[in-house]
Amino acid sequence: MRMKISIKNVKNKFLDKLRELSGENIYACYQCGKCSAGCPSLSEMDISPSEIIHLIKLGQEEEVLNSKTIWICASCFTCVTRCPKGVDLTKIMEALRQITLRKNVDHVNLSSIPKKALSQFPQIALISSFRKFTA
Amino acid sequence: MKISYFPGCTLKTTAKNFEESALASLSFLGIDVVELPRWNCCGTVYSLTDDDLMHQIAPVRNLIRVKEQKDTRVVTLCSMCYNTLKRANNLVKEDEEKLNKLNDFMYRENVKYDGKVEVLHLLEVLKNEVGFSEIAKKVKRSLKGLRVANYYGCLLLRPPEVGLDDPEHPTILNDLLHSLGAEVIDYPYETECCGSYHTVVNVDLVVERAYDILNSAISQGAEAVVLSCPLCNFNLDNRQKEIKKKFPDFKGIPVFYFTQLLALSLGLDERVCRFELNFVNPYPLLKSKHLITGA
Repeated sequence: MRMKISIKNVKNKFLDKLRELSGENIYACYQCGKCSAGCPSLSEMDISPSEIIHLIKLGQEEEVLNSKTIWICASCFTCVTRCPKGVDLTKIMEALRQITLRKNVDHVNLSSIPKKALSQFPQIALISSFRKFTA
Repeated sequence: MKISYFPGCTLKTTAKNFEESALASLSFLGIDVVELPRWNCCGTVYSLTDDDLMHQIAPVRNLIRVKEQKDTRVVTLCSMCYNTLKRANNLVKEDEEKLNKLNDFMYRENVKYDGKVEVLHLLEVLKNEVGFSEIAKKVKRSLKGLRVANYYGCLLLRPPEVGLDDPEHPTILNDLLHSLGAEVIDYPYETECCGSYHTVVNVDLVVERAYDILNSAISQGAEAVVLSCPLCNFNLDNRQKEIKKKFPDFKGIPVFYFTQLLALSLGLDERVCRFELNFVNPYPLLKSKHLITGA
C-alpha cells in the first residue's frame, strides 16, 4: 500500500482542524505505546491508538478517518490516565469522530434499534451512545 | 447534615434499586438529601471537543439549581452523572469566558452560575462525612462470609483530575465493603471498561468485555460483584443472558449496587433494596449467607 508523505500532507488543514477541536499537541507523543497497551478495546481495533497518532503525524487523514478504531473507542480514559507526555488521546479520538459526524453522517441509527431493546436500556446508554455517535 | 441531591434520569427508572437503597441508607445515617427541583438530564457523557459549549449547558444548569437551593454541594450516585457534572464544573471554574457565555445563553435563569458548587459522589460523602469506621459501628447484619468483587469501572476514577480515588489501585469501595464485614476479592479487572455505550449497537463487544471481567472475578472466588454505575450494571448484570449464549460454561454471578449491600448490612428492611429489580437472582446467595429472611 502506497502512502504519500510530503510537506503537503504533513502540514495541512486536517491537522489544524484536529488541533482546533481537541486542543492537543500530537507532536508530544513519543510512541511509547502505553495507550495501546492499556486500551481495553484494542482487540477490536484495526489500527492501535498509538498507530493512529503516528498516522496523523504523517498526514494520513483518510486512513485515520476510515478506521474502525475511532468508533470502537469506548471513551474509558485509560489512555489519558497513563500517557507520560500528557497527551489527551480521548480528545483526539473525539475530534476525529466529530470531523465525520459534523458532516451530518451519523454512526448510529435510532430506527435500527429494536423497540423492545429501547425500553430495556438505562437511559444513560442511549444518551451517551447518541452523544458519541450522532451529529 | 443536609446536602443537595442530583439523581439523574436512570435512577428514577431502571435503577430504582440503586436510588431507594441509597436514600434509605442515607436517612438512617442521618444525612438529609434534598433532591434538586427541576433538575434535568446531565447530558452524559462529558463533551470532549474544545469548541462545544452547547453540551455543557445541561450539566451547568443543574449546578444553577444547587445555587437556587442556597447550597454549595451536590451529591450524586451514578458514576456517569458524577463524571459529567464534575468535568463541566471544572471546565467553567477554569475558563471564565466560557462560564460567561453559558450564563449569557441561560439568561432566563434567575441565578448565574459562579463555579462555587462542589460535585460529590455518594462514596465520598460516606467516607468523609460519615466515616467508614462509624458505618462499621452501625452494622446490624454483618456481611461476614460474603466474598465480593468490587467493580469500579471507568468514570468514577478517570481522568485522574476528576476521579475520586487512585485510577490504577482504588480502595474506596474495598474500604466500605470491609467496614460492612465483607471479604473483598482482588482481581485484575476492577477498573477495566465494561464497554459502556457500545451496548446499544455492538452487543458482542460488551459481551466479550463483561465475560472477561466477571469470569476473572468468579475465578478468584467472588460470590457477588459490587458496583456504582447503572450502565455498568446493565452490561454486567442484564447482559449475562447474552454472555451465557456465547459462553455456555459461564457460571453467572449476582451483581449489586453498593447501596443495596449497605442498606442490608445496616439492618434496614430488605424491601428498600428492591432486589427484585436485579437481573441475576440474588436471593439464593443472600439466603445462603443468612442476610435475608423471607421466601
